[in-house]
Amino acid sequence: MTGSAAPAGPVLRARPGRPPWPLVLPALVGVAFLVLPMLGLVVRAPWPDMGRRVTEPDVLAALWLSLSTATVTTALCLVFGVPLAWLLARTDFPGRRLVRALVAVPLVVPPVVGGVALLLLLGRNGLLGRYLDAWFGITVPFTPAAVVLAQTFVAMPFLVISVEGALRGADRRYEEAAATLGAGRVTVFTRVTLPMVLPGVGAGAILCWARALGEFGATITFAGNFPGTTQTMPLAVYMAMQRDPEAAIVLSLVLLLVSLAVLATLREKWVNTA
Amino acid sequence: MGEHRVSVLCADLRLSRGDFDLDVALSVAAGEVLALLGPNGAGKSSALRALAGLLPLTAGHVRVDGDDHTRTPVERRPIGMVFQDYLLFQHMSTLDNVAFGPRCQGESKADARARAAELLGHMDLAGYTRARPRNLSGGQAQRVALARALAVRPRLLLLDEPMAALDVSTRLHVRGRLRRLLEEFDGATVLVTHDPLDAMVLADRIAVVEGGRVVQEGAPAEVARRPRTPYVARLVGLNLFRGRADGTAVALDGGAVVEVHEAHHGPALVAFPPRAVALYRRRPDGSPRNLWELTVDGVERFGDQVRVHLTGTLDLAADISPAALAELGLVRGDTVWAGVKAAEAECYPG
Repeated sequence: MTGSAAPAGPVLRARPGRPPWPLVLPALVGVAFLVLPMLGLVVRAPWPDMGRRVTEPDVLAALWLSLSTATVTTALCLVFGVPLAWLLARTDFPGRRLVRALVAVPLVVPPVVGGVALLLLLGRNGLLGRYLDAWFGITVPFTPAAVVLAQTFVAMPFLVISVEGALRGADRRYEEAAATLGAGRVTVFTRVTLPMVLPGVGAGAILCWARALGEFGATITFAGNFPGTTQTMPLAVYMAMQRDPEAAIVLSLVLLLVSLAVLATLREKWVNTA
Repeated sequence: MGEHRVSVLCADLRLSRGDFDLDVALSVAAGEVLALLGPNGAGKSSALRALAGLLPLTAGHVRVDGDDHTRTPVERRPIGMVFQDYLLFQHMSTLDNVAFGPRCQGESKADARARAAELLGHMDLAGYTRARPRNLSGGQAQRVALARALAVRPRLLLLDEPMAALDVSTRLHVRGRLRRLLEEFDGATVLVTHDPLDAMVLADRIAVVEGGRVVQEGAPAEVARRPRTPYVARLVGLNLFRGRADGTAVALDGGAVVEVHEAHHGPALVAFPPRAVALYRRRPDGSPRNLWELTVDGVERFGDQVRVHLTGTLDLAADISPAALAELGLVRGDTVWAGVKAAEAECYPG
């Protein structure tokens, strides 16, 4: 290179040029559409008595229910979803393509429909529910367990798809190397594969958690709307909107802040793995 | 070498995938290093993967120390394998990489780590036990991969292109070091390479694989001196011709006749190095050499020499000095006389 010998003066480099307006204009509209509603929320919030409203028992109960059920949901999705993703990515069983298509169904089905379907399966007169009731005395609907099941139904595909993608992208030769060192398939999975796809599992878990936190339709259909037991934050926001819009704004702001925190974590995850 | 040694590895590898089919028989003695040398797609890596159990055989067998391992799953074969990019586990320290195998074989964590530390120390990596693999140089990573493969006390060591991931500048040093480490291993070693120099330096014996078959097998010096296929001849830098010997005259398949110094009868191969070829603008007088009038097909730089490709009754390459080229003034299409002394032409049964 002759960089150091070059005479002082303007550096001549090809200018990238201004981004073309047919791309910039719609992009700006898009950003505004996403940001302005949030701004409205912040502007209209009853800031003076914010502290008192946020710490009301009903709000705290709903927040606690939302956070705890979303976390349990994420754990369930990890326990069942990661092995499912592994089966889809690493084995070639008959009907694999069909199973993969079925796993994605909750993504396209309206959550309310999911709630109805869960009721038909696990409701007191449901296909499985009647036996749960008759033999074990267990009734699932309208309990916190139902909240978790409703959330798991809608959130699991996010985790499975994310982890399956990570597994497909992982270099399988590392698994072969582990096998030549005497590792059986379970050891290969836990000691080599899982650590390699951990960023993908993490991203999937965060997406899953966020989806569970925002779940509304399946929850209200299958678990109902009982304050303290099944009324999660989104349900509380919807109910508050009917009688006390200011309370709805407060609840929405809390939910927004929690979601932002999740997004920040997610971004960090992406940056770390990029 | 020389004394009779028992074969550790006895393998007959046959597999077909699509229109590729591999049929290779190998036998490697204790302490011996066999190199599978061949062009890309020749099947040498498939052969290695089949030995490891990573590719299923269509037919044949794999025996190690007399035990049949044809159907043994990968994780239970008495093998250690060094992969092309070494494939060290990035989420583990160097020490844990090497301890991984012993752990899988049921050793306690302390024992596995002690063994790993000992192996790393032996490879002059004692100071790198806690290093992450990505912070190692190519040569260091290669030794960690070798230590990891040896940690399971294999009887068969497999190396897939062990030099391919290294800078050209470090190869010389790393190759010599790998050679010394391989000499210490008392099991059988099979390594795959497309680089003849790696094969010559690292191996006791070379099997040249082309199109899924072993086309030549022998000691490195033997392969270098007496190539049996155009591919091997190109690798070792010799002109090679096939023909029929009748005493010291060999009638080549193309019609030309080459005088050689050793008498043979029947199908024969003739090989001589490009630097043994002398070029003349005019027919030289009273020369006892083989002499052909040929056409210049191309001229290229080759080290500090110039390689002239000639075509005509036979195709051959001649290495001359740049000064000689300037004097001859050769360009493509020129006619030139090429001479080779009979004493330079090696003749062997074909």
